[in-house]
Amino acid sequence: MDSSTFFGISTLAYIIAMMIYISYLAFRKPAIGLIATSVTITGFVSQTIAILMRWKEFYEIGRIGILRAAPFTNLYESLVFFVWCLILGYLVIEFKYKKRSFGAFVTPIAGIALAFINLTGMNKEIQPLVPALQSNWLLVHVIMSFIAYSCFAIAFCTALVYLILRTDNRKEPAYIFWTTALGILIVLLAAMGLDYITFRVAAQSHESLIKNYLFKATFFNSSAAVSIVSWLAALGFVLLSWRYGHLLKRLIARYSMDPETLDEITYKSIAMGFPIFTLGGLIFGAIWADQAWGVYWSWDPKETWSLITWFVYAFYLHARLLRGWRGKRIAVVAVVGFVAVVFTYLGVNLLLSGLHSYGSME
Amino acid sequence: VSRRVVGRSKNASFVDRIWGLFASLKLAVIIFAVVALTSIIGTIIEQNAEPEKNLRVLSRLFGESAAPALYDLFERLWFMDMYHSWWFMTILLLFAINLVVCSVERLPKIMKLVKDPVKPLSEDHFKGFGIMREVVLKGRPEKTRDRVISAIKKNTGFNIAEAREENGFQLYTQRGSYTRLGVYITHFSILIILAGAIIGVIFGFKGFLPLQEGKTASTIETRKEKIIPLGFAVRCDDFDVDFYGNSDMPKDYKSWLTIIKDGKEVVRKIIRVNDPLTYEGVTFYQSSYGIVPSSGGDGIFRFKLTSKEGKTEEVNLKFGESFTIPGTEFTGKIEDFSPALAFDATTEKAYTYAEQMNNPAVLIDFSEKGKRKYSGWILKRYPNTWRLPNGHTVEFMDLWGIQYTGLQVRKDPGILLVYTGCITMAIGLFVAFFMSHRRIWVKLVEEKGNTRILIGATANKNRQSFERKIDRLAQSMSKTPGGGIG
Repeated sequence: MDSSTFFGISTLAYIIAMMIYISYLAFRKPAIGLIATSVTITGFVSQTIAILMRWKEFYEIGRIGILRAAPFTNLYESLVFFVWCLILGYLVIEFKYKKRSFGAFVTPIAGIALAFINLTGMNKEIQPLVPALQSNWLLVHVIMSFIAYSCFAIAFCTALVYLILRTDNRKEPAYIFWTTALGILIVLLAAMGLDYITFRVAAQSHESLIKNYLFKATFFNSSAAVSIVSWLAALGFVLLSWRYGHLLKRLIARYSMDPETLDEITYKSIAMGFPIFTLGGLIFGAIWADQAWGVYWSWDPKETWSLITWFVYAFYLHARLLRGWRGKRIAVVAVVGFVAVVFTYLGVNLLLSGLHSYGSME
Repeated sequence: VSRRVVGRSKNASFVDRIWGLFASLKLAVIIFAVVALTSIIGTIIEQNAEPEKNLRVLSRLFGESAAPALYDLFERLWFMDMYHSWWFMTILLLFAINLVVCSVERLPKIMKLVKDPVKPLSEDHFKGFGIMREVVLKGRPEKTRDRVISAIKKNTGFNIAEAREENGFQLYTQRGSYTRLGVYITHFSILIILAGAIIGVIFGFKGFLPLQEGKTASTIETRKEKIIPLGFAVRCDDFDVDFYGNSDMPKDYKSWLTIIKDGKEVVRKIIRVNDPLTYEGVTFYQSSYGIVPSSGGDGIFRFKLTSKEGKTEEVNLKFGESFTIPGTEFTGKIEDFSPALAFDATTEKAYTYAEQMNNPAVLIDFSEKGKRKYSGWILKRYPNTWRLPNGHTVEFMDLWGIQYTGLQVRKDPGILLVYTGCITMAIGLFVAFFMSHRRIWVKLVEEKGNTRILIGATANKNRQSFERKIDRLAQSMSKTPGGGIG
């Protein structure tokens, strides 16, 4: 068996775990929760084996130092590692807080990330490292960045659930915020899925699918009619999610999740992720760039977006600790922060260019 | 809001208002937002790019007709090189001032917390603590006191102060009061980094130096097309690329550099990506490579010739020159060469497929005793092409002198400050997020011949783990010989 078999097992396990966690929410039987956790752990173990095997495969192909052969060098590998960190973080929280219901919100993120890999059909081959990436900084820079991203992802989940639980009124800004954000997210994913179905043959490569055909099946369709219908459908869907968002609240509210615990996990995840992100993502990244190119900060899109993300989370911490912001207001900031994270991580690689261009899908 | 006393004169109140403005978190938030929003524009408009590129982006976003006017407007607003514009620098400067003023404003209060020693507290105070435990021990406080002290020492390792009270004792201690400064260390580190960056911009330079193999340079052209003398010379002795297997993907590329100062060779180093050379504050980074246009005549072909009998010789030849296999009358003449040779799949004709030296090859015409025998391509990356049909080998070692190494050259006197700032920030963040100021008060009160012990504690961060520690402390007090009651 090679690494891809184990990756397959873990993908399957996470998707099954996601469904079991959701049914655990619905039926509240401890046995179901136990099965969900076991399946997640199975997926995690097999993913760990897969990553280690790929590391070994990489080392044997590249013939570079073992520490430099860490399999975190392209978009596919980094997404896999992100999911690994996320699940690890989730398992830690599950054991610490003895709460399982939260798994129903974290495993979908893992599921979306893995589905994204398969949906865009990005390149899974092991690629040799270009000289710029052959540095001992690669390992620490990438590992720390992704630990931080996972912390932010967990904070995003808890903050979102907090918002769902705490908002009642349709005219309330926080309610409008989370329903439209969720609606837009689903619309974007659906539109990208349609792009994939329509253009996967026409687009020669997967990078060209994103670069040349993004939203061409819907919003930017050559036919004005299709384009208008898409925009209207998207708008309609967002309105629907605003109109009926409270149903989701009713569903979740049945499963006694303490909003204060959620708020606390949000804060703790950010308080953990922020220093790791600053050090591993920004500072180590700058030192590496300085040694490789002689420029520690070049305002390339990846760096700039990292800084924007950093500002949002710095704002979160200052607002909370100095101004005593609590509750809905601060949860909105945590959600916005993760939007910035996703753009820093995926948006920059897929839509903009820069020093980090190796993170493309090819 | 500023806590400074508003002065009487108009002048002072104006200064105070400015101070108050900069001390506000609101301004910080506005600056954050402005930096973030303008930065987004800078990531969409490619910085320092050819005008066509951004015109294309603009016409895609705003339509063909509006693009040129918008481009003109953005150019006037410095958006094409916005991170170096006066207004972006101004925002960063405002950010620095804001950071300084905010820190100065809040520092006295924090310093008081850091410097003030812990003091014994009244019993009422204990009720207000987030972490509060109560234990009753056998025996009067005079007898239990030593046990309690040793339990605190064993569980926390803190130094304990003691106060005699009306009907017992109070023990109190704190650790990590200085950790409250972590935030300020972090803020300060940002200022250090900004200072380092400014010094680098003012007193340093960045440039690109394409240096042909064998050539020497003593000046650098910066990005703003200014010529700067180095004060010494740098020579590229050789340049080489390693590829992954038979692919064209570079695995490693390196330059052999020599620094010449006052006519003497002072330093030699092989540089590669991620491993630069620094001399007199100027650093040379391996950044790119290529072939110098129409430099074919400069090229020197290096061959290692081995005869069937095992006699070897190394030769350096120019284009069109000939060699003789040692100990024989078998000669070869360089007829043609290609930096990247490939054969057409159908016609089997040779052609050059890249402008880089990805697959250097020479066409050699062989003769014996003046009689033409055969000719063939010899490829540097393919040793099986080195062997001739008659048993001699012609090893193609190198084609030297037509490639240039692309060096990024930088002098940055601020870099040490930037690194210092980075280290300071790492320390500051660690202190601010992972260390806490913890205080413990333990009150021993006599009650019917026994000792009632009140434990109160605070931690400004990570309270849960400190609470567990206090639980262990309470447990270990009642477990010690002589033990607790109930």
